[in-house]
Amino acid sequence: MHTKVRVQSTINGEPQEFLCEPRQSLLECLRDILGLTGSKEGCNDGNCGACTVILDGRVVTSCLVLGVEAEGSEITTVEGMAKGNKLHPLQQSFLENAALQCGICTPGFLVAAKALLDQQPNPSEDEIRLWLANNLCRCTGYDKIIRAVKQAAEQMQEVNA
Amino acid sequence: MKGQEYTVIGTRPLRHDGVDKVTGRAQYGADFQMAGLLYGHILRSPHAHARIRRIDTSKAEQFPGVKAVVTADDFPQVAERIVDLGEGDTPLSYARGNVLAKGKALYKGHAVAAVAATSVHAAEEAGGLIEVEYEVLPCVLTAPEAMRDNAPIVHEDLKTKEFGKKTDRVSNVSEHFRHVMGDVEAGFAQADVIVEREFHTATVHQGYIEPHNATALWNNDGRILVWCSTQGAFVVRDVTACLLDVPVSRVRVTPMEIGGGFGGKIPVYLEPVAALLSKKTGKPVKIVMSRKDVFEGTGPTPGSYIRVKIGARKDGRITAAQGYLAYEAGAYPGAMVGPGAMCVFAAYDISNVVIDGFDVVVNKPSTAAYRAPGATNAAFATESVIDEIAEKLGMDPLDFRLKNAAKEGTRRADGPKYRRVGCVEVIEALKSHPHYSAPLGGPHRGRGVAIGFWFNVGLPSSCTISVNADGTVNLVEGSTDIGGTRTSLAMQAAEVLGISAEAVRPTVVDTDSVGFTAVTGGSRTTFATGWAAYEAAQDILRQMKERAAKIWETDAASIMVERGVFRWGDKSMTFQELAGRLGQTGGPVVGRGAVNPRGVGGSFSGCIADVEVDPETGKVTILRFTSVQDAGKAIHPSYVEGQMQGGSVQGLGWALNEEYYMNEAGSMMNSSLLDYRMPTALDLPMIDTAIVEVPNPGHPFGARGVGEANIVPPPGAIANAIYRAAGVRMNRLPMNPPAIMQAIWSQRD
Repeated sequence: MHTKVRVQSTINGEPQEFLCEPRQSLLECLRDILGLTGSKEGCNDGNCGACTVILDGRVVTSCLVLGVEAEGSEITTVEGMAKGNKLHPLQQSFLENAALQCGICTPGFLVAAKALLDQQPNPSEDEIRLWLANNLCRCTGYDKIIRAVKQAAEQMQEVNA
Repeated sequence: MKGQEYTVIGTRPLRHDGVDKVTGRAQYGADFQMAGLLYGHILRSPHAHARIRRIDTSKAEQFPGVKAVVTADDFPQVAERIVDLGEGDTPLSYARGNVLAKGKALYKGHAVAAVAATSVHAAEEAGGLIEVEYEVLPCVLTAPEAMRDNAPIVHEDLKTKEFGKKTDRVSNVSEHFRHVMGDVEAGFAQADVIVEREFHTATVHQGYIEPHNATALWNNDGRILVWCSTQGAFVVRDVTACLLDVPVSRVRVTPMEIGGGFGGKIPVYLEPVAALLSKKTGKPVKIVMSRKDVFEGTGPTPGSYIRVKIGARKDGRITAAQGYLAYEAGAYPGAMVGPGAMCVFAAYDISNVVIDGFDVVVNKPSTAAYRAPGATNAAFATESVIDEIAEKLGMDPLDFRLKNAAKEGTRRADGPKYRRVGCVEVIEALKSHPHYSAPLGGPHRGRGVAIGFWFNVGLPSSCTISVNADGTVNLVEGSTDIGGTRTSLAMQAAEVLGISAEAVRPTVVDTDSVGFTAVTGGSRTTFATGWAAYEAAQDILRQMKERAAKIWETDAASIMVERGVFRWGDKSMTFQELAGRLGQTGGPVVGRGAVNPRGVGGSFSGCIADVEVDPETGKVTILRFTSVQDAGKAIHPSYVEGQMQGGSVQGLGWALNEEYYMNEAGSMMNSSLLDYRMPTALDLPMIDTAIVEVPNPGHPFGARGVGEANIVPPPGAIANAIYRAAGVRMNRLPMNPPAIMQAIWSQRD
């Protein structure tokens, strides 16, 4: 049996401490140890983006990060996007634009799009497409997702203006 | 309610399950947890075709954390019989054999044994300790190869059915059927132009982002409880009960949220295995497939070999059409060549037709439905030939299609005669769309069009509705919701009741809690389960009228109701007011709807695609894309658009990139989402949509069902666009850069 390692990190603004096996991915730790099942496993090799989280300001696929690597880091998952009862503008915009069908890829898209808008508040369609090319959606053909991200960006800029 | 103005139908309310899906709270199958859970792992055959000589599980059983190992021998050994498990008749041994191989492994990835352990890693490691002795056999991978006289035989007991009758011939052709209408020879004799071409299409996968999963608990009372992601909870119930030889009432299936299906989550793979492991251990067992398992161990859609011959007169009328469709069923019969044959010429009014269909087994995963299954392969062939004839006749490709378009009264070669259909309207909408006349704006660019058809299905559905004292209602239904059908059903109930969509709370429930409901498939949910919701709402209105009659001391027949207001003489009461008085007038009101509707209305779809072909690399860039589809009546237009966009893009992936790339030993060489190249956001333009509404006379609101027809036209349209951009007619899918360069080079030679 493997000895477990203690990991301390900040997840969605809250300090967290958990025990994991050295071989467990961050995705496994989030889902199976911490109960944060919003991050999804679609491929377990970094190609679908359904497990996307923000790790110390960088967008990562959490299936390709080991749990032990999260020591001392700050992590944002889809569960950390809404503030209290208020949805993040991206979450609201995805709903209003019907930007999800089955919804399994949605958490990954929302987190990736949040990271984009955090650093580029007014992205062009091409920039959105390039940024979101790491996330696969098989239901929507991306059209309504692109629209939703644009609309959220516009709304966030209006609020900030 | 035809011809009325609707208050809810045609609007765009937010989906009822939306907040849970944007916050990460929605519980999909893999998210399911319960105390004492064990994790399962499936060991799969590394060979495409091999006799299983011996399986030794002893080392695996001794591995730390392992609680049980099962093989096909753990299934109850019941006598062979024909069973219908929701997808037509099949021998029980085939249904069971695809879940765990017995005697032979028929494809690489075929499940051979399964382990349950205290962690998923322990189960995986133990799986590697199961010793299987294989005798590797020659494999056969494509329909044309498998149909040769000296081909390796996949099933030694499979006798060919020819024109509906069993023969004594053992071969890989499970069935050969033929549809004949008119006199095809005479038809070709009248033609001024005849084009005959052959086409090959690769095996492709539905590519849902959520892998298959199942948790099962064989409870101490003998009941088998299942939680899984499926398109049809009742199919899972019936298959699990059948393979485990228990009555259906012993199995309860709870459908979790489902992360895409497109037909691929109708077949049952994991649930009976998880149940066997649970029986051995007394604990709940969860199995989740890896992406590689999904590619290699679940049903993709058939690769195919197709020949199409069409003749037309100078005036542009088609005189005859002949089709030869050989589809790869994979390891077990059932290649969806039947639907392919129904759809191959379905968009055209042709008097003289012959269609031959061949269902051919090969050493690849047993195929499953994929969005208009069989139709996309066939339409790629037909729409390419139609385009070539239009060119030879000097006609605009849409004018040629319009001149021959199927309409009310057109008979298809497989029998049915169309009621009111929207084929002409779809072609006219394509023609009048600004996209069709817009300049292409550069060299190496081309525009292609194509149309397609899917017949849609009805099948049984059940709903109940209960009225809350605050004037809202709870809608309980059995159709798993893959793309917003909770809302499209709630809207139909709301329209009848005269309340808002938000005042209906829809819930998808387990198989103990609602009447039988067939799969979410065949574009049927909004049509058929929507109809059940309509009936349940009508039942509510009938009962509510009785309550109003009680209050007003009159008879129910004299109560009028319109848009949620009950009236009698000068008295009136809203639905909400009356709902608040149910307690004093006899207690709760519960309505029910259980239907098995006829009146299915097929859906036509078409598209315009602009491409640029790089003459140096063969890369195709999609510049602009427009999808048109007849929805009958669009219940929720945003979701109709979403189906059109999603189906179109799946068709584009099929056209340009996607394929099972097999080596000679029958091993899939690209079983990851890096190498199996589905379209990303970067590969696509915006997908424009135009909804055509030719109401279906067979549905209370005119709905047809829109899930599938949209995937059918894109490969043909892209092929036709590539021809105009690069001068080469592509006859093979996918039309990836190597294929296009090869076509360009061979034309230069």
